[in-house]
Amino acid sequence: MSDQSKAEIAVAKFLEHTDAEAASFFEACVHCGECAQACHFFLNTGDPKYTPTYKLRPMERAYKRDKAPFASLKKNLGLAPSKVTEEELLEWEPLVYDACNMCGRCTLVCPMGIDIAGTIRKMREGYSAAGMVPEGLKSAAEYVKKTTSPMGVTIKALKAQIARQEKITGIPIEVDKKGADYMAIFSSMEIMGYPEVLGAYAKLFKKAGLSWTISSTAYEATNVGVQIGSGALAKEILERVVNAAEALEVKHVISPECGHAYGAIRWAGPNMMGRQFKFEVVHIIEVLDRLRREGRIPAGTKDDRRMTLHDPCQIIRRGGLLKEPRSLMDDACSDFVEMKGAGVTNFCCGGGGGVSANPRAEDLKLAAFNSKAEQLRGIDGLQAVVVPCGNCRAVFEDGLDDQELELEVLGLSELVADTLENS
Amino acid sequence: MGFLDFVEGPLFVIAAITFVLGALWRVIGIIRIGRKKDISPPKGSAAAGFIKGNLRHFFPRGIFARRTWLHIIGGYGFHIGLFVLVFFAAPHIAFLDDRILGFGWQGMPRWAFVLVADVAFAGLIVLWVRRISDPVMRLISDWEDHFGSWLTFLVMLTGCLAMQQSHDVLRAVHMLVIDVWLIYFPFSRLMHAFTFVLSRGNTGATYGRKGMNL
Repeated sequence: MSDQSKAEIAVAKFLEHTDAEAASFFEACVHCGECAQACHFFLNTGDPKYTPTYKLRPMERAYKRDKAPFASLKKNLGLAPSKVTEEELLEWEPLVYDACNMCGRCTLVCPMGIDIAGTIRKMREGYSAAGMVPEGLKSAAEYVKKTTSPMGVTIKALKAQIARQEKITGIPIEVDKKGADYMAIFSSMEIMGYPEVLGAYAKLFKKAGLSWTISSTAYEATNVGVQIGSGALAKEILERVVNAAEALEVKHVISPECGHAYGAIRWAGPNMMGRQFKFEVVHIIEVLDRLRREGRIPAGTKDDRRMTLHDPCQIIRRGGLLKEPRSLMDDACSDFVEMKGAGVTNFCCGGGGGVSANPRAEDLKLAAFNSKAEQLRGIDGLQAVVVPCGNCRAVFEDGLDDQELELEVLGLSELVADTLENS
Repeated sequence: MGFLDFVEGPLFVIAAITFVLGALWRVIGIIRIGRKKDISPPKGSAAAGFIKGNLRHFFPRGIFARRTWLHIIGGYGFHIGLFVLVFFAAPHIAFLDDRILGFGWQGMPRWAFVLVADVAFAGLIVLWVRRISDPVMRLISDWEDHFGSWLTFLVMLTGCLAMQQSHDVLRAVHMLVIDVWLIYFPFSRLMHAFTFVLSRGNTGATYGRKGMNL
C-alpha cells in the first residue's frame, strides 16, 4: 500500500460513509465551538485540538471537496478545499481514536444537533480501511479473530468461570441449551474481571423462573469492529452471535452491562446484517426492569450504603435506557443519590469507544476521568458507585486509583441479585 | 436606468433567483445523497423525533449554560435581532409589498428599530470577537466564517445608514450589499439558516427511533 493510496483509500471510505445525515452535519456546522464545552477531553486538557468538530476536519474536507453540492463548481473556480493528505490523516489519527469516546455529549450542546460521535464512527471506517488504527485496537482485533474475544477469553476459560459461579451460588448454568427463551452474552471484561455477574444472572433468572443459556460459540458481546471502524469485522463478530442464537432457537438475546455492545447488536446489528433477527435483542437492564415490574424478582432488603449511578453513554444517552436503571436502583438502595449532571448529560468515564483498549491513550483517558471524579467528589459520604458497564467499571477502578478515591464499584445486576427478596 | 434602479431591479432579480435556486439546489443535493433505511426494530417514532430534535435544540441545556452563556446571549441577540429587522423594519415591508408579495403588515416604530438593531449588532460583534479571541474558535474558524460575518455586518450597517431614506445613494449601497449577500448565501456557510433543520432533524430522528427522550 503506497503512501498516496492510503490517503486515497481513507478518503474513498469517508465519501462512501458520508450519507445524507453526515452531509447535513457538515453543512450545518457553523464552527461555534460549543461542542468543546461538553467534551471531557477538552475540559480536562484545555487543548483546542480536542474540540469535537475539529476531530472531523479531514472527513469534512473530503466531503466538501468531492461530494457536496457545488463541489465541482468550487473545484473549477479553485475554491474547493485542498486534498486530504496522509500526513494530515496521521496527525488526526490520535484525535479520532484516542480523544473521542463516541459518547455523544457534544451533540447535546450543539445548536445544530450534530451527531459528532456517530460521524466519528463513520470516519473510523476510513482510517480502518487505510490501516491507520492504534496498535492496541489492532491486537484486540487479532484476538477476536483467534478466540472471538478481544481479551483472548476462550470457551475453556468461560466454562471455568461458570463452574466457579455454579459452586458459589449452587445454581446450574446451562450452556448451549436449545430452545431456551434467553441467550446471554457477556463482555470479556465481565467474564474475567467481574465473573460474579454470571452468578447474579443465575440467581435472578432462577428466581424469575426464566429459561436461559450461554452459547459456547458466541458468548462474546464486545464488538471490536465497531470500535475500530471496520464494518466487515463488526459484521463478522455479530454474525457469530446471530447464528448461534438462531441455531439455539432462543427468543431473546440479552445484551450485557456493556455500552457499545448494546448499540452494536440492538441498533446497528440488523443494519449490518441486512435483515431483522429471529430473536429480540434486550439489554439486561430492560430484562431486569421487566421482571421486576412483573413481580418475578421482588426486591428484598435494600443496601443502605450511600450509592450513586454512572450512566454509560451508549446505554443511557445513546441507548435510551434512562429510567430503567434508576427504577432498579430505587428498589435496591435506600440511599441512592444522583451525581450532578446525571442522566443524559452525564460525563463518560473516558474509556469508551475503544479508548480503554488503546494503551497509547492511557494518560488522556485518566485525564478525562477527572470530570467523573469531580462528580463523585460532589456527593458527601458516597460509599459506592454502580456502574452498569464492564468496560466503564474497569476504567472506574483505574481512575479511582489514580485519583486516590476510595469507593466500591459494582455492577447493577449484582446489586439487584444481592438485594432480591430472600436472597 | 440609474444605479438604484439597477440594484433594486435587474440585479436584485438575479440575486433573488440565485438565492432561491441555489439554496434549493444545495438542500435537495444534501437530501439526494440518501441514507440506508434503518431496519432495526424501532422503539419510537423517527418523524416525531425529527420535529422534536428541531425544537429541542432551540433551547440551551442548563448544565452547559455557565460555560456557553456568551455564545447563547450573542447568538440569540444577533439571530432574533436580524430576523426582526428583516421582517419588521418599515422600509423592508414596503419593499416586499411593492416588489414581491403585493401585501404588507405593520412595521415596528423607529425606537424599536434602533433598539433591535443595537441588539443585533452587539450580538454579531460579540460572536465575531469571540471568534478571533477564543483559542477554540481561532483554531476551528476559516475564511468563510469571517467573510460571512463581515458581509452580514455590512448589510446591517448599510441598512442603518439607509434607514432615513434621505439619500438614494445610501439606499443603493444597501441594496448592492444585499444583492451580493443573496448571491453569496447559497454557496456559503450562511446556508446553516436552512441546513440546521436537516441536521437537528436527522439526529432527532435517530433518537426518536430509539425511544430516547432528549
